[in-house]
Amino acid sequence: MRELMTGNEAVARGAWEGGLIFASAYPGTPSTEITENLAQYKEELYCEWAPNEKVALEAAIGASLAGVRSMAAMKHVGVNVAADPLFTFAYTGVTGGCILVSADDPGMHSSQNEQDNRNYAEAARVLMLEPADSQVSKDYMKLGFTLSEQFDTPVLLRMTTRVCHSKGLVTLEDRREKERVPYKKNIRKFVATPANAKVRRVELADRLIAMEEYANTCEINRPEYNGSKIGVITSGVAYQYARETFGETASYLKLGMTFPFPRDLTREFASKVDKLYVVEEMDPYIERHLQQLGIEAIGKAVIPSFGELNTDIVRKSVFGTENEHETIEKEAVDRPPTLCAGCPHRGFFYALSKKKNVVITGDIGCYTLGSAPPLSAIDSCFCMGGSISTGHGAAVALRFTGAKEKAIAVIGDSTFFHTGINSLLDVIYNKGCSVSVILDNRITGMTGHQQNPGTGFTLMGEPTAEVDIPKLCNAIGLKEENIYLVNPLDIAASDAALDAALAKDEPTVIITRYPCILKKFSEQDKEEFDLSPKKCVIVQEKCKKCKKCVSVGCPAIHNDEKITIDEPSCTGCTVCKQVCPFDAIEEVR
Amino acid sequence: MNNIKSILLVGVGGQGTILASKILSEGLVSVGYDVKMSEIHGMSQRGGSVSTQIRYGDKVYSPIIGLGEADVIVAFEKMEALRWVGYLKKGGRMVINNHEIPSVPILMGSVQYPQDIEGALQEKIDILEFKAADLAKELGNPRVMNIVLLGALVKAVNIESVDWDGVIRRNVKKGFEELNVSAFHAGYAIR
Repeated sequence: MRELMTGNEAVARGAWEGGLIFASAYPGTPSTEITENLAQYKEELYCEWAPNEKVALEAAIGASLAGVRSMAAMKHVGVNVAADPLFTFAYTGVTGGCILVSADDPGMHSSQNEQDNRNYAEAARVLMLEPADSQVSKDYMKLGFTLSEQFDTPVLLRMTTRVCHSKGLVTLEDRREKERVPYKKNIRKFVATPANAKVRRVELADRLIAMEEYANTCEINRPEYNGSKIGVITSGVAYQYARETFGETASYLKLGMTFPFPRDLTREFASKVDKLYVVEEMDPYIERHLQQLGIEAIGKAVIPSFGELNTDIVRKSVFGTENEHETIEKEAVDRPPTLCAGCPHRGFFYALSKKKNVVITGDIGCYTLGSAPPLSAIDSCFCMGGSISTGHGAAVALRFTGAKEKAIAVIGDSTFFHTGINSLLDVIYNKGCSVSVILDNRITGMTGHQQNPGTGFTLMGEPTAEVDIPKLCNAIGLKEENIYLVNPLDIAASDAALDAALAKDEPTVIITRYPCILKKFSEQDKEEFDLSPKKCVIVQEKCKKCKKCVSVGCPAIHNDEKITIDEPSCTGCTVCKQVCPFDAIEEVR
Repeated sequence: MNNIKSILLVGVGGQGTILASKILSEGLVSVGYDVKMSEIHGMSQRGGSVSTQIRYGDKVYSPIIGLGEADVIVAFEKMEALRWVGYLKKGGRMVINNHEIPSVPILMGSVQYPQDIEGALQEKIDILEFKAADLAKELGNPRVMNIVLLGALVKAVNIESVDWDGVIRRNVKKGFEELNVSAFHAGYAIR
């Protein structure tokens, strides 16, 4: 049976068919749906959301150690977080096959950078597979488990946004159970003390030789000859663009396994063609290997080394031609992402935007949109969990040098659990003076509503323990009187909490708590919050068109000849009503 | 590669482009085409630009439609038609839902929603423009607007021999099958 599947669905399907028992992941676009889709097979396997990617990979390593097939999935920047265990895991190797799925995001559709994680496979020395479509994604998962066990290595399955989110036809097969390898103590293999690691490092060199031999001869690194004039070496989704650009006029070496790099195979292919191109997205990974082999090829000299590729770009780069197409003089206005109508972050960010002499460090999540006009209430954003620590560094530096500014850090609930807790430890332990704001919207919002340690539910839908954020802050040394609990839709309360916290010269935490308006409300949400349907309307007779309400940046408020609120999109959050100086906005139930 | 056809569905998050493209691609698969489909949606917020690209034929490589390559573009929102017009093939057709969703810069009052988009497009390309939302409302539920547009799209691409009624029934919410089937036919009947 064949089914249309995204690459992410296919990875999940391949994991299941391949006898996976354990999966752990942290959500991150474009990888999130891999693990979400695994949950449908929960009768036969276990899957979970970990608080961060390092934990996810470590948990997968533990499952491999215990003898079962396991995986961890994450977006490209997540691998940075998980890099610590990864590099040593390459030395120890596996018991049960283990795959790390890295979903890269060329072109930064929804990421803060576009690093090329193929470099990780080479740096950590782990076997790498690069699928080019959904069918291959499924096939490579199954192959990956086998290779992992055969060569005693973790496998990096390197996906990209287009492979993750494009659908293609996939042939479905049955699951083949893989029996657990009975546990046997093996201290020399798995305890990475210097003495043991030195031995494993030498053995790793041998394993890499064996892997390269395989890469030179395997089914998935097979040349496709169409004459000797032009040859193209490519991998991943770039193959599809190369195939459409050159058609039947070129021979192809499509590499499915790109680390260890198949040097002999490449030499042979290069010797059979007159002119050689390398078509790859982002870094010149393949091209560098060719250079080391002394093989001349046209690659990044013409093809962009950053951004996403497509057939248009490859064609234009290689042949300088472009498809005929219409141009219209009129231009469409941008549609930038924005905090949704009814977003609980809006009220708090409105209050925050009015504070003078503050440095506001931000984090990764929906609330990063608080940096967009008209609120413009975030000054920096680097990485997951980084706001509290960058806020701490800024606060201490400002205090040390007698500056008038103070630092405020904003972070979401899931991001706080990811790595923000460590940062808050730094603030408290080192007697910092920043204000850390935890914006708890009761779900992981940006990636599409995943459960996390604060929501009371697991990925597989089971009720579970829930982190008590105020208690946690208290337990790591924060004074109770320095913890402020606020309803973020209440602007006055948000403002008062900010003033009180800013007045102190010691660590403070403001916790805002209100559910994301788009989430499926839990019973607990319904009990705790007034979520009954309501709307705000502008009483036109009272409206003086001062546009105060427009300044909250709500997409439901239309500023035309009249200022109106779009009824279907309004959720009655009342933030606009609170800022109206003429009492012209009414709440209707 | 000449037998590859490309269809682009563009709109604003929440308009139902995803369900429409799911039904379309399932229909194409049911008659034996190789199909690839690519979605780019913004982040999970409401109201961003969304586009779904569908390519089908004997053998499809790239999941992405290039400039001047789409046989048909269906714009669920008018300004999105303007944004994507460069992707239409010479002689291709654009189905446009006469529906305006202003974006944030427009809501803020800093820029205006572009005027007379239809006129500007009509000068250069073949367009079919109508109010799908009104048709959907007449049928009893404004939410089936996406299926009305799907009907108009299928007519424009001229995809033969698919049991569209069956595919629709399998993919929509229980109890809403007949409504969606009639929405499809209402869209198909527009010329």
